[in-house]
Amino acid sequence: MVQINMESNLLGANDLVARRNRALFADKGLLVINLMSSPGSGKTTILERTIEFMDGRLKMGVIEGDLYTDQDALRIEKKGVEVVQINTEGACHLDAGMVGKAFNQLPSADLDMVFIENVGNLVCPAEFDLGEDFKAVVLSTAEGNDKPLKYPLIFHQARAILLNKIDLLPYTDFNLDRFREDLARINPSATVFMVSGRTGEGIENWYLWLLEEVEKKKPR
Amino acid sequence: MKYEVKNVHELSIMEGVLKMVRDSAAQSNINKVHKINLVIGKLTMVLPDSMQFCFQVLSSQDELLQGAVLEIEERDIIIQCASCEQQSTLNDGFSFICPGCGASEVEIINGRELYLDYYEGDEC
Repeated sequence: MVQINMESNLLGANDLVARRNRALFADKGLLVINLMSSPGSGKTTILERTIEFMDGRLKMGVIEGDLYTDQDALRIEKKGVEVVQINTEGACHLDAGMVGKAFNQLPSADLDMVFIENVGNLVCPAEFDLGEDFKAVVLSTAEGNDKPLKYPLIFHQARAILLNKIDLLPYTDFNLDRFREDLARINPSATVFMVSGRTGEGIENWYLWLLEEVEKKKPR
Repeated sequence: MKYEVKNVHELSIMEGVLKMVRDSAAQSNINKVHKINLVIGKLTMVLPDSMQFCFQVLSSQDELLQGAVLEIEERDIIIQCASCEQQSTLNDGFSFICPGCGASEVEIINGRELYLDYYEGDEC
């Protein structure tokens, strides 16, 4: 019997492609955001509003991850931005290879910012680096304030956390103080935005923050 | 765009493991694998039980791997404080705060491991 030592990273193949994506995005001076959340938290609505605001200010592209349908891509397309749909056929996450291929279909020369809307899931997407500049996680008040503790990795990795559906706060048991305390332990440096995708409340802070991030990424 | 991917991420990760083992076994003239050893940190979203299940499913039809054992070594989450440099084990999995001085700027030293350490087999 022989023992063969491997020490091979199980996500090595994905990480390699992610690094290639990241270099490509940097080369183009593009800000790329990996937008993640559980299903139904309001990612697409926030994206629609963000597109409306950015219209005339900067050029946006969207890569839409979805299990089977192109419903979200059609919603985004209506807003008049370039969108590429990835159907994962049941897979629970996007990987760097899928994003690289989809990105090649975007007219990237004209773009300032690309959103990757990941598959709705708080577990698997956290493990797959796509080459993005940062991860943004959306949590909605209706899901409950315990989600960061239950899915610490994804909340730990996020640079931006959007608490959505704050218009519903009076109708839920969402404990805002507990939410803040938990985030202070899991990810104290994250920028947190309190928004309502439905009414638009608070969302302007997110837009302005994004504009700053795009400026930082532009080649000097 | 269409992709051939399976619907649990552990399944695609396990397929990757077995591909690495098969490729290496072919190169090293190994015709029977007895044991595969993986290291999985507790701050990964990869479940050992789910990996075991996927391993059973994928290895049962494969002559090279039939009857092999999957051994998984779990690693604790260890953080190091950026200010006082104390290293501590994170038992709850989410309080990224130094228990020594209370600072919140900590580095994750252990817990994100996810690799194939080694495998054992018979040479032809």
